[in-house]
Amino acid sequence: MNERPDAPDRARRLVLKGAVAGGLAGLALGSFPFPAFADADAKDWPADAFKQKTEADALKALYGKSAEASDKVSLDAPEIAENGAVVPISVTSTLPGVTGIAVLVLENPNTLAAAYKIPAGSNAMVASRLKMAKTSKVVAVVESGGKLFSATKEVKVTVGGCGG
Amino acid sequence: MASTIRIRAVASGDTTEVQSLIQHPMDSGFVKDSKGQIIPPHHIEVVQFEHGGKVVFTALWGPAISKDPYLKFSFKGGKKGDDIKVSWVDNKGASDSFVGKIQ
Repeated sequence: MNERPDAPDRARRLVLKGAVAGGLAGLALGSFPFPAFADADAKDWPADAFKQKTEADALKALYGKSAEASDKVSLDAPEIAENGAVVPISVTSTLPGVTGIAVLVLENPNTLAAAYKIPAGSNAMVASRLKMAKTSKVVAVVESGGKLFSATKEVKVTVGGCGG
Repeated sequence: MASTIRIRAVASGDTTEVQSLIQHPMDSGFVKDSKGQIIPPHHIEVVQFEHGGKVVFTALWGPAISKDPYLKFSFKGGKKGDDIKVSWVDNKGASDSFVGKIQ
């Protein structure tokens, strides 16, 4: 994989951690309106899951289980995508207590396209744009109550978006 | 330098809908340049949104997300004038963050 040189804010976070360990947390926090939050951290990225070539392997690497089809997951994608480089996809679900959403493109070189973490208080909804190498089934997976539910839709691609 | 992040967050009732656009090449690692050399993968890995000292959404992205990625989500709470912070980090360790206001 790629090397990830330490970003400056990672170094800063280490300093913050050191301050907490040193019992200076009260002093440090006193100067902020609310607790300082760490920015997006590459350590959270599930590299292994993004390398998988099949739906089952990707879900196993990401959640450690497999999904069952559910009509409470709704996947909105075009039937025909003229440009595979930009395919709008949106996923919503009426399931309660949704904690995660994943989007998989089965015919792409690596199956998993995106995974989203939904904290309590956020809605089970996400929209983004994907690249698709060729016509493929797109699978939306929703994690709710510790179980996985999925919806599948085939998207026909006339011009692939992965080059070559 | 201008920020790579544009965000529009609109509060309506008890829900805030957030749309963001980030400028990033999102190179997949499968595309060749004009000399036939593979362009190495260069894509955002993690995008995080914070409101009121709490993370409200985290996106984990592979290289299959389109160039200059768009993202829409919504959360409960948030009112006009509140700050919403976005931060991202890519596979080369580059990062950026931006604080916008809810409208």
